[in-house]
Amino acid sequence: MSIIVENATKKFGDFVALDEVSIEVPDGSLTALLGPSGSGKSTLLRVIAGLETPDSGRVVISGQDMTKVAVQDRHVGFCFQHYAAFKHMTVRDNVAFGLKIRKKGKEETEERVRELLRLVHLEGFIDRYPSQLSGGQRQRMALARALAVEPNVLLLDEPFGALDAKVRQELRAWLRRLHDEVHVTTIFVTHDQEEAMDVAEQIVVMNDGAVEQAGGPRDLYEHPETEFVMGFVGPVNRVGKEFIRPHDLVIQHIPEDGAAEAMIERIVHLGFEVRVELELAEGDPLWAQLTRAQAEELELAEKQIVYVRPSRKKVFDETGPRTEELVLA
Amino acid sequence: MTADAARPQKNIVRGGRGSRIGLRSVALGYLAVLLIIPVLVIIAKAFEDGIGNVFDTLTTPEAQHAFWLTLVMVAVAIPLNTIFGVACALVLVRQSFRGKALINGLIDLPFAISPVVIGLSLILVYGSLDGWFGPELLEMGIRVIFTPIGMALATMFVSLPFVVREVEPVLREIGEDQEQAASTLGANGWQTFWRITLPAIRWGVTYGVVLGTARALGEFGAVSIVSGRISGETETLPLFVQKQFETFNVSGAYAAALVLALIALATLLAMNLVRKRDSKTTSPVTLGKTQEVEA
Amino acid sequence: MPPTVAHAETPPKRPLSGIRFGGPGLTRGLVVGYLSIMVLLPIAAVVSRSFEDGWSTFWNAISSEQAVAAMELTLIASLIVVLINGVFGTIIAWVLVRDEFPGKRYVNMIIDLPFALPTIVAGLTLLALYGNTGILGLSGVQGTKIGVIMALLFVTLPFVVRAVQPVLIELDQDMEEAAASLGAKPLTIFRRVVLPNLTPAISAGAALAFARAIGEFGSLILISNNIPFKTEVASVFIFKQVEAGNEAAAASVSVVLLAVSVAVLFLINWFGRRSAKG
Repeated sequence: MSIIVENATKKFGDFVALDEVSIEVPDGSLTALLGPSGSGKSTLLRVIAGLETPDSGRVVISGQDMTKVAVQDRHVGFCFQHYAAFKHMTVRDNVAFGLKIRKKGKEETEERVRELLRLVHLEGFIDRYPSQLSGGQRQRMALARALAVEPNVLLLDEPFGALDAKVRQELRAWLRRLHDEVHVTTIFVTHDQEEAMDVAEQIVVMNDGAVEQAGGPRDLYEHPETEFVMGFVGPVNRVGKEFIRPHDLVIQHIPEDGAAEAMIERIVHLGFEVRVELELAEGDPLWAQLTRAQAEELELAEKQIVYVRPSRKKVFDETGPRTEELVLA
Repeated sequence: MTADAARPQKNIVRGGRGSRIGLRSVALGYLAVLLIIPVLVIIAKAFEDGIGNVFDTLTTPEAQHAFWLTLVMVAVAIPLNTIFGVACALVLVRQSFRGKALINGLIDLPFAISPVVIGLSLILVYGSLDGWFGPELLEMGIRVIFTPIGMALATMFVSLPFVVREVEPVLREIGEDQEQAASTLGANGWQTFWRITLPAIRWGVTYGVVLGTARALGEFGAVSIVSGRISGETETLPLFVQKQFETFNVSGAYAAALVLALIALATLLAMNLVRKRDSKTTSPVTLGKTQEVEA
Repeated sequence: MPPTVAHAETPPKRPLSGIRFGGPGLTRGLVVGYLSIMVLLPIAAVVSRSFEDGWSTFWNAISSEQAVAAMELTLIASLIVVLINGVFGTIIAWVLVRDEFPGKRYVNMIIDLPFALPTIVAGLTLLALYGNTGILGLSGVQGTKIGVIMALLFVTLPFVVRAVQPVLIELDQDMEEAAASLGAKPLTIFRRVVLPNLTPAISAGAALAFARAIGEFGSLILISNNIPFKTEVASVFIFKQVEAGNEAAAASVSVVLLAVSVAVLFLINWFGRRSAKG
């Protein structure tokens, strides 16, 4: 089921949550809505679900205009950041809920519930209560519950936001695998750019109620169309009008034309990566990302004076984004 | 209060054993004098003239009628106030509109008004002679004052806030996520209410019902004014207690008082039980922002 | 409660479609209607009646010597009671939260007795204990202001206790530990760290207790003997006026009581909202 949103606008009082937002989600794809708090990504998701009605604009699901259709009738699966588990029901009853509403037979329901719990690896917990489950387990249950009624599209609102780092990693991988297996059009909201890059096929970057750019992860990282996207999707150094990725910053001991003088303030070893924090002569701070091997080879030390130049940099001005590649001598 | 489970209390402030025991004695001593001993006294006084007298008093037709009438009052007032309470809590928590302050004020009013004022107000509205609606109702054959109808109204008035105030914070805490999840799964408004909302608030409702019932059972002042205290007709058990006392059947009065006290203690036990069953949601249950804060 | 990160965009409450019968509007209408008939209407009748015969009748009613005496006694006795139970209520709450002893659970339970016990029964037991022919054989309680105060102490006991308890439970004891590490003695810690955090709760409980006390009726009538100018409180005065058919006088004094109660309720809500923001 493909999803198209056309020029959706939504205001809450004076606050503009969505400003003429349009996106296209291909059938069967895994898309992330990425952006900071207040960017409108959750609102957009809820508009697609029918939990919010846009002030103007359309929501088209599989070619049908669903803008005025109630959430109950849209056949979407929705997962909340804090799981929205039905606390007073067992895992079984939670997952069976949608089926019971649709008056499916007892046997059919039980079979489907077990099938889904097997899918999410929670078969053993079928008689437990949500309070007896961990956060990650609750979210998996919520997913099973949403999938039970075979929705056309799966919508996840910051599904891993409330979980700690390790569980988040596991569930990310697990979501990817699930999508490969089940192939439902899936849209998830996140503010974590790493998560979006890791999981999604298509990322829609949002800011201030508008779409900044939409594309594949690699596309966004290497060809950002705006300053915001470049800064949000990956780490960046800003020097005047130029934007340089830390791993594009070359450090050398020999002065050269085009290389600026800088002093090493701090060297941080983060496992495989070494972060070198520098300060330019004019006072601007920079940081470079080196591999361990590179750092060792250069024999860097704190308070050293070195020379830095970008191997690649981006400039955003009136003529649009521009990339300048500098060839190494 | 499920408090004890909420977080382990450290005793940093207390100096030493001495002051702790001292404070404990003060607290317990005060409670003993004010609460515990009086309760024991009822029991003693009730059986002062022997158990036979107790039995005699409690089995007179007047006593039985009083008992029955009291239960009828409760049976009318509590269910109505429960339906109102749940609906009102939903309106207050899930809707936004102006005038909430007025609604909250009206809900809190029964906590703050004197029972005699309540009784007076009902006479002024429903009095058959010159009440606001009294004469019209009389024409329809309905008498309110000096009948159980007026007494029921008085009972409803005093027990009105309890379910609202107990359900409100629970409703607020569970949030809308579960209800929205239910609607994404295809449930309509009614289904969501019955299957999701109501079960989620059930302990709040229970607690409110228990408190309201205790209040309704024990109401005295308002019902006294409205009922005319006609023995065997419009006398509830609390009024019966007073009547026995005034007619010098002192131990009889205590006998009836004992029944009421036992019901009160049963209420306390019920409240305790509900608190324990509700301990999954450990937030302290407060009645709205204002009144009787039950732990 | 876990912080909700994504909810910077969360809208103001939108009513669930068709919560009850016809829809949210209908529910609200029914709720408001019920409240209006049950509460607003009767109160309006009292206010209206008190001024029905004109301002001067109202004024005369509330300034008659007996009325003034009754109201004075009511207000003063309630204030005294609130002060006493403010102190003892806090102590009891403290002991219930911070102390451990066998039977604590039952003590906690019994605090609510004044809420659950019919006022007339309370009055009867006070009489049985402290009355002239009571078990203790005291002669200085029944028919005196002391009797009035004792009855009010009984019925208002739970208010401050129950208001302070939850606050005490939720109180972050890190503050106390920090104070101790900075050298503060226990009493100082209580005075400067704990008490200021309890004051809003104590005040709220005290205000509620006050509102309750000024209207109290059933527990007083037996032990006070209702002697005009001596132990007759406002509610008893009103009762007698009603029995005598002086509706205007009864309504007038009722309006005074109502005004005080409403003012107290308003103050509680106002302060409650302020300290919630703070």
